[in-house]
Amino acid sequence: MIPELGHVALIVAFGLAIGLTLVPFWGSMRANVSAMNLAPSLAVGVLVFTAIAFGLLAISFLRDDFSVAVVAANSNSLLPPLFKFSALWGNHEGSLLLWVLILSGWMTAVAFLSRGLPLVMMARVLSVMGLIAVGFLAFSLLTSNPFERLLPNMPADGSDLNPLLQDPGLIIHPPLLYMGYVGLSVPFAFAIAALIGGRLDASWARWSRPWTNVAWGFLTLGIMLGSWWAYYELGWGGWWFWDPVENASFMPWLMGTALVHSLAVTEKRGVFRSWTVLLAIFAFSLSLLGTFLVRSGVLTSVHAFAADPERGLFILVFLALVVGGSLLLYALRAPTVASRVEYAVISRESLLMVNNLVFTVAATIVLLGTLFPLVMDALSLGKYSVGPPYFNAVFVPLMALLMPFMTLGPVSRWRQDSPRRWLHELLTPAIAVVVLAPVLSVMLFSFNLWVALAVLLAGWVSLGVLRDLWHRLRVGNSAGLQWQRLTPSFLGMTLAHIGFAAVVLGAVVVTQHSEERDLRMAEGDSAELGGYRFEMTRISQQPGPNYIADQASFLVTEGETVIALLTPEKRRYLASGQVMTEAAIDAGMLRDIYIALGEPVGEGAWAVRLQYKPMVRWLWVGAFLIGLGALVTALDRRYRVQSVARQVTDAANQGLEFAG
Amino acid sequence: MRRIRVSNLQARRFIPLLGFGLLSVLLFRGLSLDPTALPAARLGQSFPEFTKLELQSGEAIGVANLSQRPALVNVWATWCYSCRVEHPFLLELAEAGIPIYGLNYKDDAAKARAWLGQLGDPYALNIVDAEGSLGLDLGVYGAPETYVIDQEGRIVHRHVGILHAEVFSADFSAWFPQGPLGVEMPARQGSVAE
Amino acid sequence: MKRIPTVPATSSYGLTAVAFCGWLLAATAHAVIETYEFSSPALEVRYHTLSQELRCPKCQNQNIADSNAPIARDLRVVLVEQLEAGQSDEQILAFMVARYGEFVRYRPAVDRNTALLWWAPAILLGAGLIALTFHFRGRGAGAAPVLTASETAELKKLMEDNSP
Repeated sequence: MIPELGHVALIVAFGLAIGLTLVPFWGSMRANVSAMNLAPSLAVGVLVFTAIAFGLLAISFLRDDFSVAVVAANSNSLLPPLFKFSALWGNHEGSLLLWVLILSGWMTAVAFLSRGLPLVMMARVLSVMGLIAVGFLAFSLLTSNPFERLLPNMPADGSDLNPLLQDPGLIIHPPLLYMGYVGLSVPFAFAIAALIGGRLDASWARWSRPWTNVAWGFLTLGIMLGSWWAYYELGWGGWWFWDPVENASFMPWLMGTALVHSLAVTEKRGVFRSWTVLLAIFAFSLSLLGTFLVRSGVLTSVHAFAADPERGLFILVFLALVVGGSLLLYALRAPTVASRVEYAVISRESLLMVNNLVFTVAATIVLLGTLFPLVMDALSLGKYSVGPPYFNAVFVPLMALLMPFMTLGPVSRWRQDSPRRWLHELLTPAIAVVVLAPVLSVMLFSFNLWVALAVLLAGWVSLGVLRDLWHRLRVGNSAGLQWQRLTPSFLGMTLAHIGFAAVVLGAVVVTQHSEERDLRMAEGDSAELGGYRFEMTRISQQPGPNYIADQASFLVTEGETVIALLTPEKRRYLASGQVMTEAAIDAGMLRDIYIALGEPVGEGAWAVRLQYKPMVRWLWVGAFLIGLGALVTALDRRYRVQSVARQVTDAANQGLEFAG
Repeated sequence: MRRIRVSNLQARRFIPLLGFGLLSVLLFRGLSLDPTALPAARLGQSFPEFTKLELQSGEAIGVANLSQRPALVNVWATWCYSCRVEHPFLLELAEAGIPIYGLNYKDDAAKARAWLGQLGDPYALNIVDAEGSLGLDLGVYGAPETYVIDQEGRIVHRHVGILHAEVFSADFSAWFPQGPLGVEMPARQGSVAE
Repeated sequence: MKRIPTVPATSSYGLTAVAFCGWLLAATAHAVIETYEFSSPALEVRYHTLSQELRCPKCQNQNIADSNAPIARDLRVVLVEQLEAGQSDEQILAFMVARYGEFVRYRPAVDRNTALLWWAPAILLGAGLIALTFHFRGRGAGAAPVLTASETAELKKLMEDNSP
């Protein structure tokens, strides 16, 4: 009964989404206020019914209702309850439902947090988001119904959730990631609404910015979590593989970074308008493309859901309609929104233009690399593979190219600036960094050119940020520090840029200086690595809730001090029989110690991998700072306070909307 | 001057749409491709030289012993469950007069002989490749696989996975028109090579 | 991170693939840790690099270092043998490609087919910079309207003339 109710709820949500797509939009074209005013209620309706469907599916999972196909395929009676719940989105059908739920959440948020947004714009924005919801709900109902039943041959127990997914990471990573993916539909919707209305001024940018920053922030956090999860879950200490599915989330992030910066320029200076609109379209298109790549079977990936070309076709058609339609709209309406170029070659605008260029090129490169095997196959030129060696070789230099500009940007003036002034402002930090970088890198580790470069660039960015911070606090003649000048917007930027520098530094250091040994160890054996001594003290069997583990205990010491007692395991899950390594990690800001068990190699000995990974946490802490920074910017006063004057202007503008 | 600039803008604006159009075509094409399908790298080349023992007789054999052409070379092993599934079809093929050479891949010879004794032996000859070195030279990456050698001794096709009637009539009829029943099969349009 | 447990048997190739993979254990469930003895540390470094550059022919996008599949293990053994035999990186890669095709290289060879791939970053950046140049040049005046001294004087005069 419950699955059927869930199915019905989903159908109702679909109907409401269709209403949301058509009615307010029609209202916006006909100046029908009551039709437009329906938009928020319809959005709430979609949210409520999708949430009901979601909740009912969750209940099916928690109650071990194996007559429901996805429950039977992804759950098991022995599975801990928390994983039973999160197994809901550990599969294709359920994750689609999560997608739509989060989309309807964003729609509702836009509907109710956009006081002062002209009604016409809000109606169009929600209609566009409604269209996206229609597409995904149709996809779900027609090809991937989560409520499909296995009656009358219901299995006695489920196939169990893949052990790799039985981890807290599954609980947070997909929802956060989807918050980002799906959230990029908001700036997309704003862009479309603006193109339709033919109006794209600074206030449009002001409306879009907080939504974009928050979505992008969540996407950053989602990707960061995915990387961290892979690191501790997979057992070989890797944190990024340039796998097609990872790239599918990284491309929107790269484009989103360009968008975040471009929106800033459009809001403050009114320029870059058509660029920003295009970026908004690209960013969400890449999100949709990612959905296609992950679920269609077109590319091979360890991450992909069970692939089905039929489903792939549906998504492709939807993709073609949405993206094709929006690019067509752009092509037709771009002149109405394009801005005049009013800035010099040396100016903050042009620096941010360079930023746009680099990130767009980066996203395109990742796209090209990911799709290259497909292109070659389609042209019958053979089967190729493109992996980390390629991506690292082309991506890293691009980012390195960007970093010098990251300090120039905040220092530079709008409209017109001069290199001489930059020199004057930044000479001291530049010299400081050039001198300190090699020294620091030698002090911390043995000299390595790449690390020295990374320290140089990261130091340059950080010093620039700090210098900027200092100047803000000490402007004017006042003796004290002007804390109020540290707006959330500025703080967010500071955090994000420092976070970026940390990520770069962590990535380079861990790549260049990590050490690894694969050895055969038995009880009582010991080994040395990275200045630490590892002694295997004991091997035992430990039962778990739904597995049995072979556990090895390691005493890790540095000289005389005991650093940690680590217990890596080799688990055999009872329901599926799958075997999994559970690595043991001693985490620290300056280094991680990582131990993983391999196979038993006879006579009570095991193959063991010991790893020493310096500064690997900086990757995720840095990424966290980036995400946090993005979220912080949305708290800025100017997005919340609506002066009376503004409200009057906006109301007047509403009247003018219908003319255009 | 203004007019020229507007028309420049006109053309440029459609570039993203065009690019996306190309991308869609590519992705659509991709839906009918199989990213996991790996054609044999040795396609078009002669079957690699080898010196191995024959399974049943224990004699030393080489490429020259694969004298019946065109022929199939079937990579199999007793530890491979799918090989057992395809075995009856191989017997049918052998009955229809299609020469099949076996490559016993990374297996135990005694077990292999017992297996064949129990289930039937469709193979004209069986190459014992205990370490998998011939398999490596061929580009084998798992069992079962079936190669086709043409009249000149070149590898012209590889099928990865279980061989059965549909696959055979779809992909192998170019070289074996008589099919598994010994009956002339209708020629398929454009044999799907890999 | 999601894995495909099996490919759904919705087509004949799917059925074949399911059966083919049927005898495989979950090939990607855990890290591969093997202990090889190398005659020199340099070889071990090359082993790590190459084993991450070579793709497992049958897995779902994994290099041979990380994969559990029997073929991956075989290829690792071959890699060690070749390294110890003194083969260069290019020779080893050529050996693998001869048998498994370009598919088995994660760093595509730089040849006519892959020229676009390798040159793309430079081409795109270059194109972008050229576009930027036209963008700035196409406006006519190189810089933002900044008034010269005579223009400033003229403006001043005009404004004084017009003031009530």
